[in-house]
Amino acid sequence: MTLKTEPFVVNVGPQHPSTHGVFRLRLTLDGERILDADMVMGYLHRSMEKLAEERTYTQNIPFTDRTDYLSAMTGNLAYVMAVEQLCGIEVPARALWLRTIMAELQRLASHCMAIGIFANDCGAWQTPVMHMMRDREKILDLFEMACGARLTLNYMRIGGVSRDIPPEFMPATRKFVREFPKKIAEYEDLLLENEIIVARSRGVGVLTADQAIAHSVSGPMLRGSGVAWDIRKADPYAAYGKVDFDIAVGTNGDVYDRFVVRIAEMHQSIRILEQALDMIPEGPVHAQLPTATVQPIGQPVAPLALRPPVGEAYGRIESPRGEIGYYIVSDGSPAPFRFHIRSPSYINLTPLKLMTVGATVADAIVILGSVDIVVGEIDR
Amino acid sequence: MTTIVTGLEIAHKIEQRFPGAVVEATPEAAVIDTDRLLDVCTFLRDDDDLRYAFLNSVTAVDQLELFEVVYHMTSIRDNKTTAIKVRITDRDAPRVPSVTDVWPGAHLQEREAYDLMGIHFEGHPDLRRIFLWDGFAGHPLRKDFLNMPGGLMAGLERFPGEPGESLGGRG
Repeated sequence: MTLKTEPFVVNVGPQHPSTHGVFRLRLTLDGERILDADMVMGYLHRSMEKLAEERTYTQNIPFTDRTDYLSAMTGNLAYVMAVEQLCGIEVPARALWLRTIMAELQRLASHCMAIGIFANDCGAWQTPVMHMMRDREKILDLFEMACGARLTLNYMRIGGVSRDIPPEFMPATRKFVREFPKKIAEYEDLLLENEIIVARSRGVGVLTADQAIAHSVSGPMLRGSGVAWDIRKADPYAAYGKVDFDIAVGTNGDVYDRFVVRIAEMHQSIRILEQALDMIPEGPVHAQLPTATVQPIGQPVAPLALRPPVGEAYGRIESPRGEIGYYIVSDGSPAPFRFHIRSPSYINLTPLKLMTVGATVADAIVILGSVDIVVGEIDR
Repeated sequence: MTTIVTGLEIAHKIEQRFPGAVVEATPEAAVIDTDRLLDVCTFLRDDDDLRYAFLNSVTAVDQLELFEVVYHMTSIRDNKTTAIKVRITDRDAPRVPSVTDVWPGAHLQEREAYDLMGIHFEGHPDLRRIFLWDGFAGHPLRKDFLNMPGGLMAGLERFPGEPGESLGGRG
């Protein structure tokens, strides 16, 4: 005998541990199978793109911290690179190396959270994530040393970085780089062949290489699908052209591969840091900006705002979550005419329906975890 | 290093295939005739010399007298990137064909542009507001949303700390 059943709607979120913030997934179910998945977002929408049109280019840097708050350095970097491209500013070598070091430390911190929370979603409630939070704290200590903040860092500046690192930063970072591979080995022992993680993630949420490219997916998700595309290699910015590292690539494009790619990327970040700490030159950390030249005669000396020439620029970098791009249109005034953020968390959600329809509710939680969303960046 | 294909170069390629489809070519992007957009996008994605299979970003810009929709795209195979634009002069009902059939990655981004800028993407499978709620009045990224007292448009003429006349309470 077959029973006729009605489709059933379940709200995952907006307050749910698996949504990593205020994000809602509306699942239509037939029993345990998902028939439709609808995303409801905007709970954290602050309209940064509009606010930025009322603020100067420098005043907009703190906004970029608050988009992807788990990876403030890369948000800063993408924005200042777009403005530098617009103005044609040449950044001093030491600042480029500092940016590389900070961006890689940030990638480690962000991947720690990504992997820890993913283990949470797989059912390892809070134990792995606490290990990773513990290690991430050490990276945040380094950031505090360099710029005084731990989360919303506001370290990058148009033309360089806000200040040079203090003398104690280098030995502390070297110590961290020496010790951290042991922690990664610990995570690998704990999680990589863990039966529950493998059972819940292998063959789940598969995205083929062609599907991933067509859906504009980037970062570890794209590489998990077997596409060796990393902007650090493809279009080297900061000092990435001078360091040696490999692109971690998966084969199956499933949730497990995305998780393995993130762990492999942590090893590569350590490799980059080891080289960068040896190769960083001495020198200035900030370029002379083309602002002081327009000081009107007879006026009191006051800071002048940066006025980029009329034009537009699209600056993009590889953030821990994928391609983060800033599209800036300038009309020659001190504030951007248009300020658009291409955020990887948001665009990586595009194929969520494709991945979840036909799967079970438990799979949907793991698939969403593997996208590694930050809601501040989705809603902006 | 990624090769940046300028708007002039890509306009030349498009013009060879679709004469008259390029309205204007600037160094930043080739401006395409709205009616030919889908043909041009399919050509950019599928042509063996181009293969722009990865759509980086779709966004809209309010240029006061017209709207621009900007498409940035990358060829992962050849490591090159380019941009095209379309211009819409009808401010009351801006319409442009949706490119979701060419690049499914435009799905959420077109919804965002619809929500915040009010551009109707014709043929989009699910064009609803995404960040703001249904019934929200207006599209906040438009320059005429919240006109300032005295008819000022959004934007700064002067940095508040700079010398000059008083800004009259703004800034």
